[in-house]
Amino acid sequence: MKKVKWQNVWLVGIFILLYAPIFYLIFYSFSSGDNMNGFRSFTWANYQALFVDKRMIEIVLQTLLIAILSSLCATIVGTFGALGIYETKHRRVRNMVLALNNILMVSPDVIIGASFLIFFTFLGLGLGFGSVLLSHIAFSIPIVVLMILPKLNEMRPALVDAARDLGATDWQVLSKVILPYISSGIFAGFFMAFTYSLDDFAVTFFVTGNGFETLSVEIYSRARQGISLEINALSALMFVFSLILVAGYYLLNQRNQAQKARRKRKAGA
Amino acid sequence: MRKKQWLYYLPYILWIILFVLAPVALIVYQSFFDINGQATLANYATYFQSGTYLKMTLNSLWYAFLITLITLLFSYPTAYWLHQTKHKQLWLLLIILPTWINLLLKAYAFIGIFSQDGAINHFLGWFGIGPQQILFTNFSFLVVATYIEIPFMILPIFNSLEELNPSLVNASRDLGASNWQTFTKVILPLTMAGVKAGIQAIFIPSLSLFMLTRLIGGNRVITLGTAIEEHFLTTMNWGMGSTIGVVLIVAMGLIMLMTGEQKAKKKVTNK
Repeated sequence: MKKVKWQNVWLVGIFILLYAPIFYLIFYSFSSGDNMNGFRSFTWANYQALFVDKRMIEIVLQTLLIAILSSLCATIVGTFGALGIYETKHRRVRNMVLALNNILMVSPDVIIGASFLIFFTFLGLGLGFGSVLLSHIAFSIPIVVLMILPKLNEMRPALVDAARDLGATDWQVLSKVILPYISSGIFAGFFMAFTYSLDDFAVTFFVTGNGFETLSVEIYSRARQGISLEINALSALMFVFSLILVAGYYLLNQRNQAQKARRKRKAGA
Repeated sequence: MRKKQWLYYLPYILWIILFVLAPVALIVYQSFFDINGQATLANYATYFQSGTYLKMTLNSLWYAFLITLITLLFSYPTAYWLHQTKHKQLWLLLIILPTWINLLLKAYAFIGIFSQDGAINHFLGWFGIGPQQILFTNFSFLVVATYIEIPFMILPIFNSLEELNPSLVNASRDLGASNWQTFTKVILPLTMAGVKAGIQAIFIPSLSLFMLTRLIGGNRVITLGTAIEEHFLTTMNWGMGSTIGVVLIVAMGLIMLMTGEQKAKKKVTNK
């Protein structure tokens, strides 16, 4: 009995440690002072300041645009990449491609950022929206592939054979059999790519020129200047946004799984 | 028909060539050029001869080691006990949730917490310990880096605990092993794969957390990542920056070898 208690104390302690800084930020977003020492009085002023800050709104929109575009592109390229790896029967080639796929997953952000910076300069591409978008697509592709491959491996080859025997064309096999089967993997990949893009700071910091900024870069430059409670308000909003994203993702996932289970039961009955 | 299929894979193949192979090749290539664009080996000579770069590398490795160790000490018990709770998937989700919050915001929170009259100093004040300089010290860098990395260590350890067959634990108990013996002889060895995955996931990024050394470490802790960022974006000496980058890539390769090989071996013996 006593043992159980100690374990729970530890776990509660860890949870408090993990969440205290986040709630500390959110708590002070409602303070009327100008720093995070001592709560003055309750106010919405920091949020109001945020909503009239045109520059900030523009940066938020840019960040979202980059995230949506890059995750869409990465999902398309990654899906076909995963299909390609799946169809490669040659084992050594397949392992080599997988190893290459994972290089960007394990590389530190600075290396990715620095090498992309050299790459874009080498090509003579200007830095800005284009270079940031390309970089985000590039570092999101491997995670999409990794989310989809297990789904492909779990699919029975007989399904594809059956479709072929029944006279389906390549395109029909892909669109009516394979893609629906791996849709949950594609969706997971898209979601991961989206959050990767939103979260990224280091790579963007390297390849963004002077004209273009994402939210992370903006937070970094403001945080270096010191504390401004507007950032606290922003972090509260971002916390709620990620809560909604995660909750939405899990609900959709759950629904998909429930649907699948129902279908299975029907098929069994 | 096969030709048409190639067309689908073309973007992915292009991606591998352009964004995986080319950048690595370019960073190696760039490391042989000095600031004026002359081909030279001087960058490597400077790196190995001037003590500062070697010292910085050792310092960076040391901090990455400390961060990984502290994270592991916190994460293993958490993953272990989390695994025994009732709604473990829900708790796990709550552990992962903070990783979805932008890293910069978490670092920013600590600027407030650690500041001269922030929460921690306020707390210390109750014990009569006057305001301490916490922000911009090595200590603050360690705390914040550990804070950020903890979920990434808990997750793989938790997963390896999930894979562990509970009947092995029961068998060990039935055969008379104490709790401690069961843990050290059965559970720990069988979850090493998770620990190694966690080490891999933390050690490598810890070498390159330049934004934390800037925001929290106050430029006192210089990591490999900070040096690269400085050479690329401040002093514009890309050659030297690339040289350090190559060192970082080599370090990464070594760590992957050290933590990866045994996992592969284990898989073979298990099957």
